Amino acid sequence: MSEPSGADSPTVIVDDVHLVYKVAGRHAKAGAPAALRRIVLRTGPPGLREIRAVRGVSLIAHRGEAIGLIGPNGSGKSTLLRAIAGLMPPQSGAIYTQGQPSLLGVGAALMNDMTGERNVILGCLAMGMTPAEVKERYDSICEFAGIGDFISLPMNTYSSGMAARLRFAIAASKSHEVLLIDEALATGDAEFRRRSEARIRELRADAGTVFLVSHGLGVVRETCNRVIWLEKGAVMADGSAREVVDAYEARHDPQALSDRLAAARAGGKVWAYDESSAI
Amino acid sequence: MKDGDTALLASADGDVVQELVETYHLRRAGARPSLAEYSKQLWGRRHFILEFSSANNAVGYSRSLLGQAWQVLTPLLNAGVYYLIFGVLLHTRRGVHNYVAFLVVGIFIFTFTQSSVLQGAKSITSNLGLTRVLHFPRAVLPVSSTLVALQRLVISLVVMIPIVLLTGERPSPRWLLLFPALVLQAMFCLGLACVIARIGAKIPDTSQILPFVLRTWLYLSGVFYSVHTFGAGHSHYVTFLLTINPGAVYVELVRDALIVGGPPLPRFEWVYAVGWAIVVAAAGYVFFWQAEEQYGRV
Repeated sequence: MSEPSGADSPTVIVDDVHLVYKVAGRHAKAGAPAALRRIVLRTGPPGLREIRAVRGVSLIAHRGEAIGLIGPNGSGKSTLLRAIAGLMPPQSGAIYTQGQPSLLGVGAALMNDMTGERNVILGCLAMGMTPAEVKERYDSICEFAGIGDFISLPMNTYSSGMAARLRFAIAASKSHEVLLIDEALATGDAEFRRRSEARIRELRADAGTVFLVSHGLGVVRETCNRVIWLEKGAVMADGSAREVVDAYEARHDPQALSDRLAAARAGGKVWAYDESSAI
Repeated sequence: MKDGDTALLASADGDVVQELVETYHLRRAGARPSLAEYSKQLWGRRHFILEFSSANNAVGYSRSLLGQAWQVLTPLLNAGVYYLIFGVLLHTRRGVHNYVAFLVVGIFIFTFTQSSVLQGAKSITSNLGLTRVLHFPRAVLPVSSTLVALQRLVISLVVMIPIVLLTGERPSPRWLLLFPALVLQAMFCLGLACVIARIGAKIPDTSQILPFVLRTWLYLSGVFYSVHTFGAGHSHYVTFLLTINPGAVYVELVRDALIVGGPPLPRFEWVYAVGWAIVVAAAGYVFFWQAEEQYGRV
C-alpha cells in the first residue's frame, strides 16, 4: 500500500474476465467400439463439456510490481496466466497488456530432441534477439542455468530441475515488460531458487511486472510485494503479500501459520515480516 | 489502492478501462497484428527461421545409426523401389524417352511438394511446447518446415544430377531453367504448407488423412507415366486437368530443363507455374495469418 503503484503506469489490465475450457465429452475415452457404434447408429460426436476455470477476475498490475497468485489446485491460477500471455481467449471480458508478456511454465518444454546449446540459441532468437545479441548473452545464460556439461546434451536427458533451470535462464536473459512465471521455480534446488528470486527482483527493478504462480508460500512472500488469492476462479483477496498469505494460510494450512507464529514468538528469525526482502 | 482497482473495474462500464488502455498504449492480449506488421515481425525472425530449420533438419535423423547419410539414402532407395515396380515389373516406360531420368526427376521433385505438405501439417502441432512458451509470428513454423523440405530437396539433387548424367544426358545452358522452376515450386509449397498448417492445427486428424490424399495426388501427377501419352486416349478435359495440376507442372518443367528429346512442354506451362506459385503463396500466407490468434491454444 505504501508503494506508488497508483501513480505508475499499468502494464496489465484484466477486466471482468471469464475463461472457459472446452473439453471433449463423456465418450471421448470409450475407444474404438463406441466410436464405431456412434458411426453406425448415426449419433453425433460427443458433445463438448465446459469447464469454467476463471469466473470474473479483475485486476490492474503496474510497473515494478511482483504479483503472487496463490490458491489451491484448480483455482484458475495457471489459466489466468495463459490468458494474460495471450494464449487463450477470454469467454467474456478483456485483457490488455503492455508489450508482449512472456509465459514461463513448468510443463513447457522447448525443443526436447535438441541440445541445451541449441535451445539457448533458438530460444533467444525466437524472442527476437539478433545473432550478435545471442552471442553476447550466451555465456551468461549458461552460467546462470548452471547445469555444467549437460548444456551439450539433448534436453530429453535432463532432469526436470535442470530443464526448468535452463528454461528460466533463457527467458530471464531478456528484460520483459511482463513476465509470467508458472511454478517454473518449483523444481529447482535451494541454491537455484535463491538466484532466480534475485533475478526476479532485478527484472522488477527494470520496471517490469512479474506474475508468479507458486504453491511455495515462502517464495511468494520473499519475492512478491502483492498477492492475489484465487479460489474457484474468483478473487478471494488482493493485497500486500503478508496480509494475503497469512489469511490464505489461516484458511488452508492453519498448522503452518501457528508454527510460524510460535517460532516468531520464541525469538527466531522473523522472516515472514521482513518487508525489506519483500519489496 | 489494490482494492480500489478491483472496485473500480467492477463498477466501471468499460469507459475507465478504455481510457487507461488508450493512455498507456496497452494492447489486447493475443491480438493479431496487421498483415504488414506481421510480415515485419516475421522478417525480424529470419535468423530464427534459418537456425530452427537447420536444427530440425539435423535432428530428423539423429536417432538412426547412419545419421545424416539417410538424407541421401532415402531418395536413392525411393528411386530404386519405383524403378523396380514401374520400370521393370509394370513396363510403364513404354513410350517414355530416358525412363530412368524421367522417373528419378519426377519422384525427387514431387517429393518436395509432398514433404512440404506433410511437414507443414505437423509444423504447429509438433511445436506446441515452443508456441506455448515463446511469442513469435507463428508463420515461422510452416516457413521453416518448408525450408527443411527444401534443404532435403537440395541434397537429393546431389543424387539426382549424377543419375541424370549417367543416363546419357549432357549438361547444357538449358539446365539453368532448373533454378526458376524450383524457386516457383518453393513458393507454391510454402503457400500450401501455410494452408495445411492452419488446417492441421485445427483438425488433428489431418495428418492421418494426408498420406492418402498425397498418394492419390502422386498417382495423378504423372510421376511414373507421361501425362502426354496417358492423356492421348482421353478427352480434352482430362488432359487439361492433368496439365494444370500443380503437382505435375513443376515436375514437367524440371524434366524439360534436364532431359533432352522428351515430348515438348505443353503451351503455357511456365504461365501455370508462375500463376500457381503467386496465387498459392499469397493466399496461403493470408489464410495462415487470419488464424494467428488460434495457434497453440488448448
